[in-house]
Amino acid sequence: MTLSVQLFALARDLAGGSPLVIPWTAGRTVADLRQALVIAAPNLTLILPACVLAVNSTYATDATVIPEGAEVACIPPVSGG
Amino acid sequence: MIRLTHEPIDTQAVLAAVRTPRAGAVVLFLGTTREWTGPRQTMSLDYECYPTMAHKTLEELATQAGQRWELTGCAIVHRLGPVPLGEASVAVAVSSPHRAAAFGAGQWLIDTLKETVPIWKRETWQDGTTEWVHPGLESGESKPKSSQNG
Repeated sequence: MTLSVQLFALARDLAGGSPLVIPWTAGRTVADLRQALVIAAPNLTLILPACVLAVNSTYATDATVIPEGAEVACIPPVSGG
Repeated sequence: MIRLTHEPIDTQAVLAAVRTPRAGAVVLFLGTTREWTGPRQTMSLDYECYPTMAHKTLEELATQAGQRWELTGCAIVHRLGPVPLGEASVAVAVSSPHRAAAFGAGQWLIDTLKETVPIWKRETWQDGTTEWVHPGLESGESKPKSSQNG
């Protein structure tokens, strides 16, 4: 199966676009996703440590298990306002 | 009123959304697009967001503010896309029976919005280069001074 990850701002530019569709297996965590993201788009190494992953529009921790069918997004440091 | 919009922010509409006879104080904060960041000149600013999460997070902030302070109204509007210099990119308005709550909630809302809501701005500098603003990121000159020594 695959997982579609939305990317924004510099993260999207570094990945070359959004969403990024990556190979995926059910039951894996956000920490696993971080590893998969840098394999899929090595340039993300530059920003991923500063990013928070969101699962179903909620900020997640590395231990969060990603449910099947979840909406996943990579959130670089925000600068609204 | 929680809104993400590509249109100029109608500040009178934002104020009208929080005005009520139960209030004795209305505080309106406008964040406006600044031309100078230290020695660097901005030509234009663009904002983008993660729409579903940005809206949800703004709703949560308004709810939390209503739990922490005695408020009679709360409105947050953030503009997206290109925002000309000097115009409002964000408006936060709160009303309350007494002013301390309105000032406190207004300050907390804009401070927390800037830390947590998935919205990003991109500077187009005077030399034509563009740069996403990601506070705290090791990306050279986009790093804000306030976080360099943190």
